Amino acid sequence: MLQNLPWLFLVLPLVVAAVDWLFLQRCPRTAACCSITSAAVCFILCLAYLCGMQTGSPSVYEWFPLPSHSLTLGLLMDALSMKMMLVVTGIGLLVHIFSTGYMRGDTSNHSRYFAGLSIFMFSMSCIVLADGLLFTFVGWELVGFSSYILIGHWYDRTSAADAAKKAFITNRVGDFGFLIGILLTLGVFGTLSFSDMAGQQIDPAQSGVLTAVVLCLFCGAVGKSAQFPLHVWLPDAMEGPTPVSALIHAATMVAAGVYMLVRLQVSMGTDAFTPSACVVICTVGAITALLAALMATQQDDIKRVLAYSTLSQLGYMVMAAGMLSGEAAMFHLYTHAWFKALLFLAAGAVIVRCHHEQDIWRMGGLRRRMPLTTLCFLLGTCALVAVPGFSGFFSKEAILTAAWESSIPLFVIGALVAVLTTFYMVRLCLVAFCFTARTESAERAQEADSAMLIPLLILGVMALISGYGFMADTLVPFAGFRAHDFEFGVPFLTGLLALIVGGGLAWFVYGRRQKKLDTDPLASCIFSRALRRRLYIDSFYDKVLIGGIQQWGAAIAHCVDDGVIRRLAGHGTALFVAWCGKLLSKIQCGSLRVYVLVSALGLIVAMILFAFTIIH
Amino acid sequence: MTPLSHYLIFSGVLFSLGLAGAIIRRNILVVFMCLELMLTAANVALVGFSRAQGLEGVPVYDAQLLVLFIMAIAAAEVAVGLALIVAMFRARRGVESSSLTSLKD
Repeated sequence: MLQNLPWLFLVLPLVVAAVDWLFLQRCPRTAACCSITSAAVCFILCLAYLCGMQTGSPSVYEWFPLPSHSLTLGLLMDALSMKMMLVVTGIGLLVHIFSTGYMRGDTSNHSRYFAGLSIFMFSMSCIVLADGLLFTFVGWELVGFSSYILIGHWYDRTSAADAAKKAFITNRVGDFGFLIGILLTLGVFGTLSFSDMAGQQIDPAQSGVLTAVVLCLFCGAVGKSAQFPLHVWLPDAMEGPTPVSALIHAATMVAAGVYMLVRLQVSMGTDAFTPSACVVICTVGAITALLAALMATQQDDIKRVLAYSTLSQLGYMVMAAGMLSGEAAMFHLYTHAWFKALLFLAAGAVIVRCHHEQDIWRMGGLRRRMPLTTLCFLLGTCALVAVPGFSGFFSKEAILTAAWESSIPLFVIGALVAVLTTFYMVRLCLVAFCFTARTESAERAQEADSAMLIPLLILGVMALISGYGFMADTLVPFAGFRAHDFEFGVPFLTGLLALIVGGGLAWFVYGRRQKKLDTDPLASCIFSRALRRRLYIDSFYDKVLIGGIQQWGAAIAHCVDDGVIRRLAGHGTALFVAWCGKLLSKIQCGSLRVYVLVSALGLIVAMILFAFTIIH
Repeated sequence: MTPLSHYLIFSGVLFSLGLAGAIIRRNILVVFMCLELMLTAANVALVGFSRAQGLEGVPVYDAQLLVLFIMAIAAAEVAVGLALIVAMFRARRGVESSSLTSLKD
């Protein structure tokens, strides 16, 4: 019985979600309490496991009994999954608590919101703990579903409903590739279970198939981790409540793709990742990191800046995974989870206190009104732009070191993205928090309440210290991870240079003319207009891809409806029956002699048939 | 002894004549006679078989018995048929088969 305790990670949030949704629609406070309790229990359970609690291996459920190798649902409790679980449940718990403060005063159905959060905790646990691609895929679809529910929480807003659909459908595109990849894996490895895969030798002659396997599975990561060209859903997903953006669209769910890639590298072995597959993964990651960082420099919505920065950091992680440096990828995933959750929650506090104003050009001067929130936001910013000593610095340096060792172009892109990251984050801080308030709502903003501040402060501390060895060595989700101290080398100096250049540029553009800064001084140039329009990628998808598909679909549907069903099936059948009837009615001519003739002929035919078939 | 094939050929010719008559002729009376001709052709075939199946000059009487039945039924049919034709003649003043198309309309 006790050995099945890990299943509680899945069962508890699911039961709580069901109870919230079905029975507690009218008592939002109880629903919130239930969800927070379930998250807390999961977190404590996770801590207990990390502290060395042993309950034996959980039982495995056989889903599809097959003659050769049954498909099973099992839990994998190794260092990678349990430490990832700690990040998920830890941030999940803080976000649950923050949500009670954030949603206060909101008129929507809170029970539904907390049920959604609990479903998300359940589905994310499925992905993290799954021992096998099949179970991962189940969780994969479930997080998509919970993300859909939570993005569309304010479903009466058209933009939120559209964003929810966009996120779900874009993810489906990647999921098709993932599904094909799972079937290919079953073909190549003969098993979907990670623990069975681990011991298998890989035939070097299979490199073509392995490339296909890895790239198909990578498709899933491209969708879920919002990599180019499927990155379009993540910025739109910011239509959801901000705590949701912090939990799902910054810290945990979008990192699932990276987690899955690293999990595959651990179980299949890095040999399975053929050089050609790695090149593709690195390139996609680098393109995403660069494009997203560029687009982030010209966004006006505080959440969108953070969303693009998430995209760009995910690009970093995917790039690291592509360089077979799972260690660096997971390190960055881990630090990024803390400081990006912090940034989003701080932004959420600002948004609530500015009466749901998200435009940074309508804020300003918040550091005087909300000093603690500003401090937390600054801590997150320092971690994100990799100020030496903050957690983000160590993980970003780990990725840059990996890039420096594997390929110079990737290193250059990484450094460029670091410059851009500093630029847009300093811009965001200057415009939103410094100088004077530009609107009345920013003028009257108050400090966030304790339900919001406590999670912020905890996350702020984590953003500061989580990169140091004493935390990272025990908490980074990678077996045998060792954090290193400051190392003076090219990556270190590059990071520092990027910090100075980016910060200096942002100060040069936004810091000097603080008096008359109501709009972006760069907004008028063509390049910046293109960046504001997201480099026209979304418009391209809308007009060319979606429009084209819809036109073609409509044309085909019209052909089938009008041509096949109406003309052929409807009119055609009627005409055929009428023609047959007309033909057959000629037999009924009324002439006795013709009847006799026909019967005689029929008799002859019957006799011939009788003579030549029955008798022989 | 006459071989079976002669009986059958004769019977076939008789049947064909009857059938052709039934198809070609318009007068119902003649058609009726042609029907009788076809029955007779069947009788001839039966008698032929009865002889062919027989052993040492003794025919199989079952077939000949059947012939007697057919003749009896043919006689009954003639009685009914002729009565119908007379009634038809009275009603229509003619016995042409080509005029019998009222069911079609």
